[in-house]
Amino acid sequence: MNVRLTIATALRVGTQLRRDHRTLALVIVVPCVLLWLFSELFADASMIFQRLAPAMLGVFPFITMFLVTSVAMVRERTSGTLERLLTTPIGRADLVLGYALAFAVLSLVQACVATAVALGLLGMDRPASVIVLVLVALANALLGTALGLGLSSLATTEFQAVQFLPAVALPQILLCGLIVPTEQMAGWLDALSRVMPLRYAVDAMQTLTGAAAVEGRVWRDLVVIVGCVLVALGLGAGTLRRRSA
Amino acid sequence: MESIKADDLVVVRGGVTVLDHLTFGVPAGTVTGLLGPSGSGKTTLLRVIVGVQKITSGTVTVLDRPAGEASLRHEFGYTTQTPSVYVDLTVAENVRYHAALHGKRRDAVDEAIASVGMSELEDRLVGKLSGGQRNRVSLACALVARPRLLLLDEPTVGLDPVLRRDLWALFKLLAAEGVTLLVSSHVMDEASRCDRLLLLRDGKLLTDDTPDGLRAVTGTHDLDEAFLRLVEHGEVAA
Repeated sequence: MNVRLTIATALRVGTQLRRDHRTLALVIVVPCVLLWLFSELFADASMIFQRLAPAMLGVFPFITMFLVTSVAMVRERTSGTLERLLTTPIGRADLVLGYALAFAVLSLVQACVATAVALGLLGMDRPASVIVLVLVALANALLGTALGLGLSSLATTEFQAVQFLPAVALPQILLCGLIVPTEQMAGWLDALSRVMPLRYAVDAMQTLTGAAAVEGRVWRDLVVIVGCVLVALGLGAGTLRRRSA
Repeated sequence: MESIKADDLVVVRGGVTVLDHLTFGVPAGTVTGLLGPSGSGKTTLLRVIVGVQKITSGTVTVLDRPAGEASLRHEFGYTTQTPSVYVDLTVAENVRYHAALHGKRRDAVDEAIASVGMSELEDRLVGKLSGGQRNRVSLACALVARPRLLLLDEPTVGLDPVLRRDLWALFKLLAAEGVTLLVSSHVMDEASRCDRLLLLRDGKLLTDDTPDGLRAVTGTHDLDEAFLRLVEHGEVAA
């Protein structure tokens, strides 16, 4: 691993992101609009909004970063720039971490704006700690980035990469406790959701907003998410094969 | 001294023999032309040398190390046939990124951009440039590493005659400084500018000679004609 090369890559990816104003606007604005829609939808049932809003704050960064990363990686592959990079001194880990770092900055902005809107404008209950809430959102963004990196090697076109979202993200969104609380799910569904990282993200978010102090459970969830990120990043770097047959 | 040595190199991909028992050497400090029609295996051979293509059998040595060895990635510059540059970055940003990957500084960036004649356009987004200009940006990204070995896959495609002449002058200059260049092309008129020629057809090496040597062997002054004679008569009595 080489910090200089990782940072050079993160700066390069950051410059590319900065140029793409439309993507930036969508990444920042869409979560806020969706949160507002939820608050309007449940205007007469604020209990439901109070349960959904924090969960959504965990799900948004995951979805956005999963999509952005997998499409960006497929683009690197199809444009030939990835193969070219693999003939330069940069290591696979430097490349993967560079991407993760650039997208982490973007998701930090997204998480801060969405959290501010939810708390300030939409009346979401104050979590035990706003900083820990943003930290969990950031961990989820990294999870999306890491899974996007790992799965992008299975996609040969951008079309395929986008189709991984319903395949990988939707089952997690269905089972993570957002739609039906996990304790009300059938036993086998509950068991299935336990191997899905997004469950821990939603659990952490809901625990944070449901208590006055940051409970140990939140940290346990965070450890699980970060563990999944590391495994997925490792797989992502592992699937970047330098030599092809 | 030879910068690249191939010994009985075979690459089979998907059941098709792409490179068929190639044995040759590329002398240091020369411009060697890798010529042949499209589909003859030029790109695959370059990919073997840069270490991204698996070898089926035989050996390839680059700067006295086996092709694909990690330390070699500091020593060569490589451009692919379709310019692999970032279209959403400017010319300078692309070259600067490659400079950073090789630990080179600002002066190397300016020099690389100037040497391909792109200084005036350095703040232009690559996506707004023509195909020939993108190719030059891609070349600048390889030059910025100031490598000992340059592997260029069709670097002059889409360039007007003046730019082509300038680039070949640059290649000669680099060779005179001791850089080894292996340049692929499917245009035979570029062959006469090379110090040595490797002619590939259907993955087989037809000849490994100087342009004058090829002319003498085939009995024609025209290299295009020489290539045709080699193809039609198969083996040439040397």
